[in-house]
Amino acid sequence: MPVLARTLEAAGLSTVLVTMMPNWAEMIGTPRTLAVEFPFAHTLGAPGDHEMQMRVIRQALEVLETAESPGTIAHSNEVWPQEGKEAVRVWQPTEPSPIISVMGPKIRQLLRERRRKSSMSKPKE
Amino acid sequence: MPVDSFKYLPRLIGAIYETTDVQKEIPIPWTPLERPISECTFGLVTSGGLYQRGVEPPFDLQRERLEPTWGDPTYRTIPKDITSVELGVSHLHINNEAVESDINVLLPVHRFDELSQEGRIAGSSDHHYSFMGYQGYPPDTTAWREIYAPAVAEKFKSEGVQCVLLTPS
Repeated sequence: MPVLARTLEAAGLSTVLVTMMPNWAEMIGTPRTLAVEFPFAHTLGAPGDHEMQMRVIRQALEVLETAESPGTIAHSNEVWPQEGKEAVRVWQPTEPSPIISVMGPKIRQLLRERRRKSSMSKPKE
Repeated sequence: MPVDSFKYLPRLIGAIYETTDVQKEIPIPWTPLERPISECTFGLVTSGGLYQRGVEPPFDLQRERLEPTWGDPTYRTIPKDITSVELGVSHLHINNEAVESDINVLLPVHRFDELSQEGRIAGSSDHHYSFMGYQGYPPDTTAWREIYAPAVAEKFKSEGVQCVLLTPS
């Protein structure tokens, strides 16, 4: 998505990106960004919560108006109304995506190796 | 408090993000606002995999199922007055229920009508656009950069758009 913002901006449009992944926006470099701590698939707020959606959009418009240089990232203070576990569950598809099915075992192995390395590198008491 | 990008990600998916190489391209593009946003027409773009049923096809999920490292780079046109019956969602990486029940969580067509009515913005374009965010693993955004996003930019400009709000999913 940051790539789309960059390409539209380069074509002469003024853009603002609202995202749950500000680290991704920072790594790729987006012109103007509002970060929200929301679950994926709920970028502007909860379905049916028009006031929350409008608050987020108004914050994004302020970023658009006030950002003075490319790479501006503002952080919203909106709080997601559900508990963490529920927020993790609510956005995920009912079955894993094809790439997760393929990559899952490899990534799990990588995580196991990381954990083993980090436990071996801990100083012994 | 800064937003934690990984707060609602399972460790497995967080690890995929962490192990994906991205290159920051400098300079970051910049188009300054040339007028107050109360005089600007807005376009909306999401990567939520939205499409208009009966008018355009869904994103090509069948090919993605056969080639999991590939993602459909094309886009779909979403008229601003699309109804909930017409709205289709094709995306294998998220739960589509939220946007199916309220399009505004990703493509805020009704909120922008309200902003226009109150005079905060001049208006929004008659057509908005959706991509599907999964662009393969490792991600390949060449077609977005070279073909499809420039095409969307030209369509927006032909409708008098100056500003764009983007929402990933």
